[in-house]
Amino acid sequence: MASLAFPASARLSSRRFVEAVMRAREFGIVAVLVVFVVVTTSVQPRFFDNQNIKFVFSNAVIYALLALGETVVVISRNYDLSVGSVLGLSAYLSSDLFQRAHGIPIVGVFAVGLAIGVGCGAVNGAIVAVARVPSLVVTLATLYIYRATDVLIIGGGMVVANTLPGGFLSIPTSSVGPVPYLAIAVAAAVAAAAYYLGTFRPGRDLYAIGSNPEAARLAGVPTGKRVFWGFVVSGGVAGLAGVLWAATYGTIDSTAGYGYELTVIAAVVVGGVNIFGGSGTVVGAALGALLLATINQALYVLGISSFWDPAIDGALILAAISLDHWITVRLTSALRKRSVRGAA
Amino acid sequence: MGTDKPLLVLEHVSKSFGAVQALDDASIELFAGEAHALVGENGAGKSTLVKMLAGVHRPDRGRLLIDGREAVLSSPAAARAAGIAVIYQEPTLFPDLSVAENIFMGRQPLRRGRRIDKKLMRRQVVEILKPLGVGLDPDRLCRGLSIADQQIVEIAKALSLDARVIVMDEPTAALSAYEVERLFGAVGALRHNGAAVLFISHRLEEVFQICQRATVMRDGRRVLCAPVSSLSAGDLVRAMVGRDMEARGDGMRRVPGEPVLQVERLTREGVFVDISFEVRSGEVVALAGLVGAGRSEVARAIFGIDSYDAGSVKVGGKPLRKGAPVAAMAAGVGLVPEDRRLQGLVMELSTAANIGLASLGRLRRYRLLRRAVERRFAEEWATRLRLKYGRLSDAVSTLSGGNQQKVVLAKWLSRNPRVLIVDEPTRGIDVATKAEVHRLLADLARSGVAVLMISSELPEVLAVADRVLVMREGRLVAALGGEEATEQTIVAAATGQAEVAA
Amino acid sequence: MVQPEATIGVPAGSAKAPTAASEPVARGAVAPPRKRLRRWSRLALRWEGALVVALALTVALGAVTSRQFLTASNVFSNISLLYGELAMMTLPMTLIIVSGEIDLSVASTLALANSLVGYLWVQHWPMPAVIVCVLATGVACGALNGLLVTRVGLPSLAVTIGTMTLYAGISELVLGPAIITSFPASYTSIGVDPVPGTAGLLSYSALAYIALAVIFALVLHATAFGRSVTAIGYNKEAAQFAGIRVKHVKTMLFVTSGLVSAMAGVLYTFRLSTAEANNGTTLVLPVVAVVLLGGVSIFGGRGTMLGVVLAVLVYCGLQSALLLTNFNSNALELVTGGLLLLSVLIPNGGELAARARRLGGRHLKGGL
Repeated sequence: MASLAFPASARLSSRRFVEAVMRAREFGIVAVLVVFVVVTTSVQPRFFDNQNIKFVFSNAVIYALLALGETVVVISRNYDLSVGSVLGLSAYLSSDLFQRAHGIPIVGVFAVGLAIGVGCGAVNGAIVAVARVPSLVVTLATLYIYRATDVLIIGGGMVVANTLPGGFLSIPTSSVGPVPYLAIAVAAAVAAAAYYLGTFRPGRDLYAIGSNPEAARLAGVPTGKRVFWGFVVSGGVAGLAGVLWAATYGTIDSTAGYGYELTVIAAVVVGGVNIFGGSGTVVGAALGALLLATINQALYVLGISSFWDPAIDGALILAAISLDHWITVRLTSALRKRSVRGAA
Repeated sequence: MGTDKPLLVLEHVSKSFGAVQALDDASIELFAGEAHALVGENGAGKSTLVKMLAGVHRPDRGRLLIDGREAVLSSPAAARAAGIAVIYQEPTLFPDLSVAENIFMGRQPLRRGRRIDKKLMRRQVVEILKPLGVGLDPDRLCRGLSIADQQIVEIAKALSLDARVIVMDEPTAALSAYEVERLFGAVGALRHNGAAVLFISHRLEEVFQICQRATVMRDGRRVLCAPVSSLSAGDLVRAMVGRDMEARGDGMRRVPGEPVLQVERLTREGVFVDISFEVRSGEVVALAGLVGAGRSEVARAIFGIDSYDAGSVKVGGKPLRKGAPVAAMAAGVGLVPEDRRLQGLVMELSTAANIGLASLGRLRRYRLLRRAVERRFAEEWATRLRLKYGRLSDAVSTLSGGNQQKVVLAKWLSRNPRVLIVDEPTRGIDVATKAEVHRLLADLARSGVAVLMISSELPEVLAVADRVLVMREGRLVAALGGEEATEQTIVAAATGQAEVAA
Repeated sequence: MVQPEATIGVPAGSAKAPTAASEPVARGAVAPPRKRLRRWSRLALRWEGALVVALALTVALGAVTSRQFLTASNVFSNISLLYGELAMMTLPMTLIIVSGEIDLSVASTLALANSLVGYLWVQHWPMPAVIVCVLATGVACGALNGLLVTRVGLPSLAVTIGTMTLYAGISELVLGPAIITSFPASYTSIGVDPVPGTAGLLSYSALAYIALAVIFALVLHATAFGRSVTAIGYNKEAAQFAGIRVKHVKTMLFVTSGLVSAMAGVLYTFRLSTAEANNGTTLVLPVVAVVLLGGVSIFGGRGTMLGVVLAVLVYCGLQSALLLTNFNSNALELVTGGLLLLSVLIPNGGELAARARRLGGRHLKGGL
């Protein structure tokens, strides 16, 4: 029986082709980003100055963190709509500690924020994993419940900036040149998450669960456990983002983080994460967050009213989803044709 | 071949689901290094047996022995751990992940720090694929892989698990001749490794080609187990069916009328090419061929579920708009689809609702759907088809397979179609209901309907049809009428063999 | 082999005695009274029955905690008036979820309608023309959703997240920071006065809801269209194979949803006498929550209009009872979230219990 191997050239080109398409998304975002920056700067040179770049990074950092957590969940074919509420809860409760627990170290405050997020995420994860309830519905409910808890606790009160230590408030703004340290830290976190998701079994399990939940179960993947921890990560990250939000804005009331979940989903979708799970990267999602923040800032600088922002976000989501759909259809048929040709 | 002791034994196993006795004192023994055929008609119990080996079901009575020791397979994971791998007709792969990851999901080789060793994984995949004679790129996504390649990935998975019993359920159903050869090579490699391969197939010539022993099941039990060399195809068929081939139908007595359905040069790229035939009023035309030949796709294209790229369809001389089931139905065409559960019925709805689903417009009074009208309608047809049911308002999922098929038939017969296309009309139903369905189709033809029957069961084709069209790999390769249509000629055309030794 | 007439014997697998050809009429022609009673009792044990109990408990709770609960003025101002629009939007949402899709853009369509009413009014359009234009916009919003879902083939969850943002964004663009309050009393009275002849109980929006609820219930349960919707929700492919025009049906559902949301938006504007950007966009969550609470399965197919109506009443009743007792108004959100969770935990509760039993059993058997 003759060897039926593919010719070497076909083999290599198949791999490169797929990789190229996958990379294209990230390149695409970076390309759009560059275009935006170039166009905006040419019209309004002020755009590319330290101040504006810092603003963009400030906004992007929080959304990028949230997008990181959300991606972990969406990859496994789940949704976490409660991130905005978790952020708000964490923002208030953690920064309030500076008053309640005098002398608490900043690290302690971060730890508390993280713990709050982890707790909220664990509740989400437990209900989804154990009771097998669709995550869309669960996190829709906890979005309400966490926000309501937040409001119940805060009432009409708020935390004001002058109760927060200077060191805390300077975290978002301290930077090297135009690049805040925080942005570097978040970029590092994103890189670490990307590495973990790509190189460790639990990370690959998440992709498997999203790609074909039945097959994952049959293959012995501990789906309940993985999904649970995915929500814990998403919650924990939102908790951390809450603390950063407090440091960024200084004044925290019960509306902190309100509505953030939609922008996060927009970032994730724009970043190339498939809404049905199984594919997409945290790098793409973080870039999506960066792109959205850049567009918002660019519009502001160009004098276009901020009232355009949500409309543009919406149009972007639709465009991104349509593009993904088109890519998937093309990719599937192209790969199918390749395999038929190769077998001939 | 083997050692003295069998690798795996199912001993006097019984299993029932509600009122249905799927396995009734069934047994089978598998030895290391053999390819063992499991043959039987639909409903003989093969798939239940497979599910039992896969750890999905547990026997009500009887036991399973592995290496002589009793084993209980409480879950698919347990079956895998016991060294049993099942390759289904529909592979369950992760389309977004690579071939290598699909093979090793959950068991990827690790290096320091529990990181996945991608290089090693890639090398191992290449090693596994080598004896299978297939050069798939380990990093390639599984999305877009042909069925044949997906099967190879599943086999590679089984090999990587050091599976000692590999069950293949109708593996050649969707493969081209070239891919079948490749699969046989893989089976050889598996046997060489000392594994036992349980090979389930309807294609008897394949059984003779690669299997050493064969077990025939009928009505939930084993009726024959012997070395293949001591058997003939006739022996197998007789054992499967319990009788000689069904008597030839009375098709000759029907005088066909005018052509009602005319299909001309129908083409859908990559699926079927240049299909031309006609079906006259009063005749039953069978469309035979192996699974994957494109027959169901032609039916779907005629009915409008799928579109087509070239060619035309005419009903009663008038062209039929493509891609619109509503137009086909208005022209009097009906389609009883291949998959009863997924396409033919809405399992959660009642029997009455299912019977009326294609006739909703006729069940209205003053724009409102009247349940009473629907129920009377359903009753009338249930009686005419001798449907056995509890209450018409019960979900159709409570009916047996045969009765469910009758519901689908009722749905279409109640529209008084001029053309009825039936796709695998008796798949998975019991023998008595099968005969009823055949009689129904014959009566239908006698009353002037043009019937196009897609079937993979040769006895059925020969018993019911007036003419037989054979498709192979998307093309119409033979049109056999009357005396020309025999099992040999049909199989020869379907498998592309110029002649088959008698 | 088998003689054609010998089918009286019971083939393997059928559960009942044979139906001889001689008794075609007797079976199930008109159900005898006892059988009908049994059918009703089966109904009562289901989800809707539980909702009736919940409603009774809610009313009891409200009456006990506040003397004002059962007064006409309370029913009017705290129930009919406040929740008419929300209730209206639950109707097309029910059909959409039954068909296996979802529409998260309803509240944004309402917000867009609200902004448009303000904008066009300020442009001195006559109010009837304003209303027509706004309703047409609602239809367009629904049509876009329908188009993207059926023609382009995108998942409705993703699409309506996008259009939710888009429509809210357009509403911001239309009005910008402006707030319009100069609506004529003849129209705003529709928003705040009870309908004459209803004993001061019903607002116009509540009346619209009742009328629409009857229509939608009839459509879902007693028309061919409604049967198609249910079939599509349970099994889209089988519906296609039965000749149901799936794309057409789904597009109609989205268009209806847009239209009703726009209608609700107009009434909302009159009630608040205010047009402002992004008004009311938070309503989508209670709408979905109430529909799910009404027993409609998020997976499609299962669900009754009766259940959703009961759920609306339970929701309104609870909110009103809490309001009257001066419970922290944010408890209302907590309650909504809690109800939503319950509505999905309960059906899965059976499965949860079964899994727990299996896990427990395994421990007892000690392995494998």
